[in-house]
Amino acid sequence: MWDYAPAPESRDIANLKPTYRMFVDGQFVEGGGEPLKTVNPGTEEVLAEVSTATTADVDKAVKAARRAYERAWGRMPGSERAKYIFRIARLVQERARELAVLESLDNGKPIRESRDVDIPTAAAHFFYHAGWADKLGYAGYGPDPKPLGVAGQVIPWNFPLLMAAWKIAPALACGNTVVLKPAETTPLTALVLAEIIQQADLPPGVVNILPGAGDVGAALVSHDDVDKVAFTGSTEVGKVIQRQLAGTGRRLTLELGGKAANIVFDDAPLDQAVEGIVNGIFFNQGHVCCAGSRLLVQESVAEELLEKLRARVSTLRVGDPLDKNTDVGAINSREQLAKIEELTASGEAEGAERWTSSCALPDKGFYFAPTVFSNVSQAMRIAREEIFGPVLSVLTFRTPDEAVAKANNTPYGLSAGIWTEKGSRILWAAQKMRAGVVWANTFNRFDPTAPFGGYQESGFGREGGRTGLEAYLDV
Amino acid sequence: MSERISLGRTDNRVTVAKTYKLYIGGAFPRSESGRSYPVTDAKGGFLANAAQGSRKDARDAVVAARKAFGGWSGATAYNRGQVLYRVAEVLEGRREQFTAEVGAAEGVAAKKAQALVDAAVDRLVWYAGWTDKVAAVLGAANPVAGPYFSFSVPEPTGVVAVLAPRQSSLLGLVSVIAPVIAVGNTAVVVASQDRPLPAVTLSEVLATSDVPGGVVNVLTGRTAEIAPWLASHADVNALDLTGAPEALRADLERSAAGTVKRVLRARAAEDFTREPDLSRMRAFLESKTVWHPVGV
Repeated sequence: MWDYAPAPESRDIANLKPTYRMFVDGQFVEGGGEPLKTVNPGTEEVLAEVSTATTADVDKAVKAARRAYERAWGRMPGSERAKYIFRIARLVQERARELAVLESLDNGKPIRESRDVDIPTAAAHFFYHAGWADKLGYAGYGPDPKPLGVAGQVIPWNFPLLMAAWKIAPALACGNTVVLKPAETTPLTALVLAEIIQQADLPPGVVNILPGAGDVGAALVSHDDVDKVAFTGSTEVGKVIQRQLAGTGRRLTLELGGKAANIVFDDAPLDQAVEGIVNGIFFNQGHVCCAGSRLLVQESVAEELLEKLRARVSTLRVGDPLDKNTDVGAINSREQLAKIEELTASGEAEGAERWTSSCALPDKGFYFAPTVFSNVSQAMRIAREEIFGPVLSVLTFRTPDEAVAKANNTPYGLSAGIWTEKGSRILWAAQKMRAGVVWANTFNRFDPTAPFGGYQESGFGREGGRTGLEAYLDV
Repeated sequence: MSERISLGRTDNRVTVAKTYKLYIGGAFPRSESGRSYPVTDAKGGFLANAAQGSRKDARDAVVAARKAFGGWSGATAYNRGQVLYRVAEVLEGRREQFTAEVGAAEGVAAKKAQALVDAAVDRLVWYAGWTDKVAAVLGAANPVAGPYFSFSVPEPTGVVAVLAPRQSSLLGLVSVIAPVIAVGNTAVVVASQDRPLPAVTLSEVLATSDVPGGVVNVLTGRTAEIAPWLASHADVNALDLTGAPEALRADLERSAAGTVKRVLRARAAEDFTREPDLSRMRAFLESKTVWHPVGV
C-alpha cells in the first residue's frame, strides 16, 4: 500500500466564529433555549456555541414567515423572486470553499465530498429552482399555480447545507416562505446560508432558521400556522409527524430512510461495479438514506467480487475529514457511532461473517472502519434495518427473479442499483425495482433536475425536477 | 322505475331478485361473516339486502388486489386503455339498468339519473384515453449536469384503498376508481354505505369487461367498520378518503401513518359532474428516476 503525506485543508477558511445565533425575520437573534455546543466529530473538540429556539421562538419565526408571505414574497412577481434566488446561488458559489471547510468541520465528512458534491450541488439547486419561479405556469399544474404559504422544514445532519438547499430552493421558487430547523449536530452551514440570504437582501422573514433539537422540530411541524411540512430524516420520526398532521389538512412531504439493494449480475464489469459498490456504501461514511447498503451478488461471481471488494476497501483512507486524501471521514456523532456498533454486533451475533478493514483510525474523534458482512440472510437485522454507517451487508442470488424479489423485500423503497452489461436487463430490473431512484452502472448521483424520493416507507413526495414543485404548490 | 329494482313484479310475473354480493378477486362471494344489511331508496323503501363486509373480507380483498398488481401494473398502457374503454362500452350497454338503480339510490328523477350514468360512461372514456399519455405528461428526461442519461417515469403506487363517495353512487364511484386503475394501481373499494347497489352492479360490468380479477375489489357494508382495517393494513400503499365520514378522517389518517401510506384527503363538496384534472392520478403515482452513464 502507498503512503500519503497529509494534505490538510486549512480550517481558517471556515471563518469559524465562537458563537452562532438563530436567524429570524431577517436578523440574527439570541434564542430563548439553552445554547448547544456543536462538536467537530473528527476531533471531538467543541467548534462553537449555537443559540437554540424555544416554542416561543418558533412562534415568532412562523409569524415572521407569515408576514413575509403576505406582504412581500407571496405577492412578488415570479421574475423578481427568481433574481433573489439566483443571487443566493451565486453567493453560495462565491463562498463555496468556506462552506465546504465549515461543513467538513461540523459534519465530519471528507473535504473532497463537501467540496465536490455538497456545496456545488447546493448552489445548483438554488440556480435550478430560481429559473422556475417565473415559469410555474409551464410546470403542468395549471396556468397559475399558487404557493401554499408558510413551509416548516426539518432536515438531517448527513448533508446539512445540501438538504437546506433542497428544502429552501423549491419552496422559495414557488412563492412560499420558510422556517427551517437544521439538525442539532450540524447547524453551522445553515446559519452561514442565513448570512448569505441576508447578503442577498431577501425581504425579512422569507427564510428563518432555528437551530435546536427534536423538540424545536416538533414545535415547528405541529405549529397551527404552518401550511406545509417537509421532513427529511428517519422513518420513525416521519411516521410520528404524519400522525401529528392527521386531520389538520396541512400538506406534508417526507423523505425517510432506506435499505437499498445494489444488484450485481454475473455479466457486470466487476472492477467498475466494485467502484460503484464502494461509492454506494462508503460515500459520506454511509450516512446516506439512499446508500447501497444491501449488496446482492449473483452467486457465480460472488467470491470473485468479494475478493476484489475487500482489496479495494482495504485501500480506503479513514481519518481527518479536512485531509484532501481522506476517503472516509468521521461518524457524525457519538450517538450514531454507538448505533452502528450496536447493529454490527447484532450482525455478528446473528451469524453473519464480518470483515473489517485493518486501516488505522485516529485516536480522537468518532470513526468506524469500513466493514463488509457476508453470509447475510434476509432475516438478519443488518439486512433489514438502516445502519446509516460504513457497513455493507452482502447477500447472494441465483436468478434475476430472485434478485428482484430480494431487492424488493423491504418496507423501504428509496433507491436501488443495478450492475450488468446487458441493456435489456438494466431496463427490466429498473422497471421491477420498487424504488424512487434507480442507478444503473453508477450509484449515488444527484442533480436538481432529477426527482428524488421514495416509495413505501421511504416517504412520499419528490425533491427536484418539475415533479418536485408539486410539494410547494397548492395543486 | 320500481319494477326493475330487485323486488317487485311486472305484469303477471314475479321478477327474479338479485342477490347483491361482494366483488373480490373477480368472484362474487357473500361476506364471510354471513352478514347482510338492508338498503333502502331515498325515501326509505326497501330495495335489497347488501353484504355487510367484514375485516376478513377486507383482508381477502387486499390479498386479491396485491396478487393482481403485478399483471395490471405490468400491462401495456395501450392494453389498460382498451380495458377501461371496454368498461365504458359495457356500462353504456346497461345504461337503463344503471339509470334505474341510480334513480332509486339517489332519489333523482329519471332524466337526471340518466345524465349521471352518461357522465359516468364519459368519465371512463376520458380516463381510458389517459393511460398511454400520463407518462409523457408527467415523466421527463432530466438534463443532469454530467455524462449520464437520467429519466423519470410515473409508476403506480400499488394497492389503493378507496372510500367511495357517499352521495354519488355511480358517477362519483367511477370518478374515484378510474384514475386509480388507469395508471396501473389495483383497488379495494368501499362502496357508499347507504347507496351501495350501483357499485355491486358496476362490479358485474367490471367482471365482464376484461378487467382482470382482483384489479378492482368492491366491498359493501359499514364504512366505519371496514375502513380502519384498510387504513392500517401493511400491504395497502395508499388511501383515498373521499367518502370517509368527517368523524373518521383524522383517525384513518393516523392509522395510515403506520406504514407511511399516501393519503388523498377528502375535499369539500366535490362536484363529480365537472371534468376532472390530473390530481387523482397524480395522487397514486410514484416518480421513478433512472440513471445510466453515457460513454463509449
